[in-house]
Amino acid sequence: MKTIELSTPKRDLIILVVFSIIVLIAPLWGSLIGAGYPDLLQRFAIFGLFAVGYNILFGLTGYLSFGHAAFLGVGSYVTVWSFKLLTMNALPAIAFSVVFSGLFALVIGFICLRRTGIYFSILTLAFAQMSYNLAYSVLTPITQGETGLFVLNDDPRVIDGALGIVSAENPLASLFGITLDGYEGFYFCAVILILGFWLSLKIFRSPFGMKLVAIKTNQTRMEYTGFNHRPYLLAAFVISGMYAGLAGGLLAVVDPIAGAERMQWTASGEVVLMTILGGLGTMFGPIIGAVTIKYMENIFSGINDTLLASWFEFLPESITNLIVTIVSPFVGSGWHLTLGLMFMMIMIFLPGGMLEGAQKINAKIFNKNKPEQLEKDGVA
Amino acid sequence: MSAEQSNIVLDITGVNKSFGGLQALSDINLQIEEGKTHAIIGPNGAGKSTLLNTCIGLLKADSGRIDFEGNDLTKGYLPHDINQMGISRVFQTPQIFPDLSILQNVMIPAFARRDGSFKMNIFKALRDEKEIAEEALHFLEDLGMVDGHSDRAGSLSRGNKRRLELAMCLIQHPKLLLLDEPTAGMARHDTNQTIELLMKIKERGMTKVIIEHDMHVVFSLADKISVLAQGAIIAEGHPDEIKGHPKVREAYLGSAEV
Repeated sequence: MKTIELSTPKRDLIILVVFSIIVLIAPLWGSLIGAGYPDLLQRFAIFGLFAVGYNILFGLTGYLSFGHAAFLGVGSYVTVWSFKLLTMNALPAIAFSVVFSGLFALVIGFICLRRTGIYFSILTLAFAQMSYNLAYSVLTPITQGETGLFVLNDDPRVIDGALGIVSAENPLASLFGITLDGYEGFYFCAVILILGFWLSLKIFRSPFGMKLVAIKTNQTRMEYTGFNHRPYLLAAFVISGMYAGLAGGLLAVVDPIAGAERMQWTASGEVVLMTILGGLGTMFGPIIGAVTIKYMENIFSGINDTLLASWFEFLPESITNLIVTIVSPFVGSGWHLTLGLMFMMIMIFLPGGMLEGAQKINAKIFNKNKPEQLEKDGVA
Repeated sequence: MSAEQSNIVLDITGVNKSFGGLQALSDINLQIEEGKTHAIIGPNGAGKSTLLNTCIGLLKADSGRIDFEGNDLTKGYLPHDINQMGISRVFQTPQIFPDLSILQNVMIPAFARRDGSFKMNIFKALRDEKEIAEEALHFLEDLGMVDGHSDRAGSLSRGNKRRLELAMCLIQHPKLLLLDEPTAGMARHDTNQTIELLMKIKERGMTKVIIEHDMHVVFSLADKISVLAQGAIIAEGHPDEIKGHPKVREAYLGSAEV
């Protein structure tokens, strides 16, 4: 199953078309699971994109970065600055976010990739925390520190000014006259997610992707085969940093504000969870993980004690109170506990992530070959 | 024999290497002739692996010169630089890419030879690299591994991993092939298969340096043998000369089968 011959152009096209359809009809299936509102759908698409990019580094090369939220933050700040200084048009803004986060990733990657394994992870973590703290302290003129960076009415916006576009009271990002909030915002993110997924598919299917996997499986052999592993790893790091910057840019497009909390280490940890939860090194896994986590966050954090009590009010009061006492730490602001439990379950029973679970079920039903052979055949 | 007329591929002159107080290599002079199989033998700790690692840039020589096509390999080249110059290496424990398919394992070194040490083109799919795939299949066929080439390489037996590693080196058409105990830890059957394989490669006239414990392997393959003991070359010559050499017998201390 695992040969290059198997990933035919036709198969790749089907993957891309099916993926695009699923993304574009997200408002439909979203409403079926109670997620049919644009704000959540936007987050699905944006964090899906973040995880797709992260997977290019972590999934293909095995280098675990704990600092990708820094690139997310850079993308957001750059986008808001583009809104403030140039134009409310989203396209130049996200283009700048990709360029700047790419440059930032180039510097950080160049330094962090001097080390491997746990040392690499710690270095990236240190850099991300430094960026976070800088955004709060020295860089306050650029980041506005704790208040966060806003778009204001009297910002210069030179391009908009030259074109005679007058911005509204609270300016929103736009795309040639279309205001990018609500479903317009979601579809803008969705199209970019599809493009990002297409690029990731290309990377997975290319000799470059295969070489990244080769570096992951045997770096020594790669060196003695005549490949310099450094530029390969740096390229993967920068590409994934650009994805993160793009995702950060999109966050600022659908809600034109940037704050330092986006760069905190918990945000870096979240993308690691997403990737592993869905299925590390697979095409769809990271997106499934991102959607699952953002969906769970939305559902579980929305439940409070009153709501819980109302669900169980048909029971005697003492039992209701008991249930509420037991369940309440796992919902509301404590929803991370539920996430943690779910993550543990998946790691113990399905180390390959949710996608592995789906493939196991699939294999049982259709009696196909071994599940681990199904997804990775483009590269592995 | 016309040893004087043949080209010297690798010219090692006056190489010294010590670890702390231990003189691992002392004043090594060695000429590897083109198209020949040159074996380096010696008891444990004689410095064989140190010598090989110095040649490929893993260790830096304290003094001396290792000349390969006008490049001095003691000048601190990285392993990939040395490979790109045309030196491929087979390891004691076969080094392959266990998670990739057998075919992909052979394609990767072919990419290294064609594209150099770094090339990033994500818009050409692996499946469209037909020439490389065909060449890889050809080499696998040559080594009798073409069946099941889409299997995971990590599932191969040790003997077959060695075979695969050799295919990976051969597809690069190296000017010099270094073999570090190619039959170490192998069962008799696998050893014999590997010897057969190396004989086959020998017919193509590839220059090889082979480090080996197994005298059976050495005497069936080598054109020339250098004996290393305590970091110095104590004897050098054709297999027949080495067999009866008193110093060699002494170094091996009663290994009667020598």
